Amino acid sequence: MKIESRGLDFFYGTAQALHGVTLGVKTREIFALIGPSGCGKSTFLRCINRMNDTLDGTSVRGMLTLDDADIYAPNVDVVKLRRRVGMVFQKPNPFPKSIFDNVAYGLRLGMKLPRTELEGRVERALRGAALWDEAKDRLSASAMMLSGGQQQRLCIARAIAVEPEVLLMDEPTSALDPIATARLEELMQSLRAAYTIVIVTHNLQQAARVSDTTAFFLHGRVVEVAPTDTLFTRPRVKETEEYITGRFG
Amino acid sequence: MTLRERIGFTTLAAATGALVLLVFALLTYIVSGGASVLSWEFLSQSPRAGMTEGGIFPALLGTFLLTILTAVSSVPVGIAAAIYLVEYAREGTFIRLVRLSIRNLSGVPSVVYGLFGVGLFVHALDLGISILASGLTLGLLTLPTTITASEEALKAVPRSYRDGALALGATRWEAIQTNVLPAAAPGILTGVILGLSRAAGETAPILFTGVAFSLPKLPTGLGDQFMALPYHLYILSTQHHDIVRVRPIAFATATVLIGLVAVLNLTATYLRARARSRMHA
Amino acid sequence: MEAAEQVSVPRDMGGGASRRLRERLIEAALALAAGSSVFVLLGIFGVLLVNGVQAFGTGDGVSLANLSADERAMLSEAELAELGRHTEHAPSVGADFLFSSHWNPTSSVTAAYGVLGMVVSTLIVTLLAIAIAAPVGVGVAAWLAYVAPPRAREILKPILEMLAAIPSVVVGFIGIVFVGPLIARVFGLGNGLNALNGAVLLAVMALPTIISISEDAIRAVPKDYVQASLALGADRWQTLVRVVLPAGASGILAAVMLGMGRAIGETMTVLMATGNAVAMPGSIFDSVRTLTATIAIELGEVPQGSRHYHLLFAVGLVLFVMTFVVNLVSDMVLRRGAPRPS
Repeated sequence: MKIESRGLDFFYGTAQALHGVTLGVKTREIFALIGPSGCGKSTFLRCINRMNDTLDGTSVRGMLTLDDADIYAPNVDVVKLRRRVGMVFQKPNPFPKSIFDNVAYGLRLGMKLPRTELEGRVERALRGAALWDEAKDRLSASAMMLSGGQQQRLCIARAIAVEPEVLLMDEPTSALDPIATARLEELMQSLRAAYTIVIVTHNLQQAARVSDTTAFFLHGRVVEVAPTDTLFTRPRVKETEEYITGRFG
Repeated sequence: MTLRERIGFTTLAAATGALVLLVFALLTYIVSGGASVLSWEFLSQSPRAGMTEGGIFPALLGTFLLTILTAVSSVPVGIAAAIYLVEYAREGTFIRLVRLSIRNLSGVPSVVYGLFGVGLFVHALDLGISILASGLTLGLLTLPTTITASEEALKAVPRSYRDGALALGATRWEAIQTNVLPAAAPGILTGVILGLSRAAGETAPILFTGVAFSLPKLPTGLGDQFMALPYHLYILSTQHHDIVRVRPIAFATATVLIGLVAVLNLTATYLRARARSRMHA
Repeated sequence: MEAAEQVSVPRDMGGGASRRLRERLIEAALALAAGSSVFVLLGIFGVLLVNGVQAFGTGDGVSLANLSADERAMLSEAELAELGRHTEHAPSVGADFLFSSHWNPTSSVTAAYGVLGMVVSTLIVTLLAIAIAAPVGVGVAAWLAYVAPPRAREILKPILEMLAAIPSVVVGFIGIVFVGPLIARVFGLGNGLNALNGAVLLAVMALPTIISISEDAIRAVPKDYVQASLALGADRWQTLVRVVLPAGASGILAAVMLGMGRAIGETMTVLMATGNAVAMPGSIFDSVRTLTATIAIELGEVPQGSRHYHLLFAVGLVLFVMTFVVNLVSDMVLRRGAPRPS
């Protein structure tokens, strides 16, 4: 297992948001987290790169590992963790810098690459995110000038530029139109070759289309984890069935 | 609309209108009083003949140098404090104490800052009556303004700028340095300029820490005394031996002082407006 | 999948010690900067206290005022003058400091160190200023927040803020050349440098603070209250006076108190505009000298370390405590009255 969660509890202050989450994500699969709003799926996602650390008063109990190494061990450097586990946010969040500087952002942290190597890696990342053709003539233009879909692909390019092993995607298409969404889903299929992807989505069709495995969250608990085909066609648990058939959520 | 509403709201509108008119009337009164004296020479020459002739150059220069010293002594600390409060601080006794201090410092009378400057900088630290002592005193006076304004500017930076950087493996400081500070810079600058414009108009804190009535030469070092616009106006309007004769010069000095403050304020307003339109672009 | 699992060699997640150390150092430096505000506040208090307390107690016991008429008659003129010059020989300073209105620290014969007159002067000028500024300020704030079209608000607010930007020395100048003479003419006085003049000017200076904070308080009143009142058949004016203003009362009170805090501490304006006569004021047309003005006038003339020098720090301490209390109370009022964020 690339990522393994065993009995993971999570608290915002005294409010428990996750209850004994247990699941495993295999290397180079696309793993979807679905469930109604507030079910804990985003909270779980943000445990994997410890982004929840940035909030005051949060605490974790249980086991969460990346390549069998405890993510919450006291000696873990979150900075190094986050370079291995990239993240794409719900709303495209390009920095108010040029396209080039956005992609190069992570590459410039704590290291100094020669200019040619930097350029090469920016190009590779942009190609990887299927943005190179649209962006290559205006690398020094502000990233704010791009459309929403392009901005989200830029954020993916920015995340993969540092060559992570895992990509976390938090409802990456919720702010995009259907065409941009289709392009992004296509992109995810090509990224699967190199990355382990964990995606949170509200869109059940999207989960069914792109993912290999799906976990259904409800009230901070994992109700069911199964290969996506199975979960959507023959759910074992009643709540799962009710959710995927649209009876609640 | 009832008669009661009409009378009530008309009174309120009249009060507002009267206040706005008052602002314009005061400004016009000052400027028209000094117009006859204002000239390039007035700005570029030293006072002559016991201040009854000549210009205000030394006072203008003194205020300029003093403002720079104020900025140097308060801006870095103020911004650093604001960064800590917005980006690092977790609620607790220390932070509550800091916030309480900042709020109270902004209410401390300027003349008390003057006393503090005399007691600490002039005597205890033995800086003497000097532009340095005055600059440090004004720096402390400006500190709460700088902190508060910088805090506002930092809070206005979207959370996604920080999270995006952290998720890419930036440390907290790297995220601040590369993403948060550049975005907050115009707002911080606006607050800093507003704070400095207030400092430039202050008299009481410099009265005993460094400002001089009249000096034969311009200040050349941090230990020198200096002349300053607000104090010059005070002298011309209350302490001069021939107050009636220098009255136009006093008016013109007041005009220059108001003009200086207005320019600083307009710059700050312009920067703020530009930063806002950029952030929403 | 299991094969791929074994190929991926776990990369390390630990270490980064030097980067972490740098982060710690930066955080510590920033915390120090934030903490500096505490040091400055304590420092101000400390400097005032340390210098101020030295004014109290007796000197070496030989004091002009303590001498009997006979003893005084035995001294030559030169000896008398010599005694007077040494402030250590002045009478002891104790409770009189707060409860006497006689202030004459430089006198060689009748030295007196009571600040009551200045405290009363400060209060008279301040309260009068607030009496003028509070109704006007709250009225303007109510109009801006409750009545004014947004466009008018946008244009007028910066103009009113300009009032706050005018340096106090310029306001004092206006008091000398314009408001003072006007008061003298209207009330038929010899000159207009008196408490009323100072109060009018301080009112103008306190207005921006009162307006801006009251406006926030009035705007923070939930729209539901207004709707409910109108639905009960109240007109808009009744709604403003009976519902909106009472609902925003704590914020408005805090605004007025903050304005008052500023007025108490204002120096140059009152120094230039109130005439500075040292006496217990009898009316608002009397020339008065406030605490701030006393420091401003006398600190330049006293030798460092003399009793008079220390006395001025004690005056500063009184001033500091007064503004501290006013600001603290307004802060508490503002905090208690603020609607809880949901």
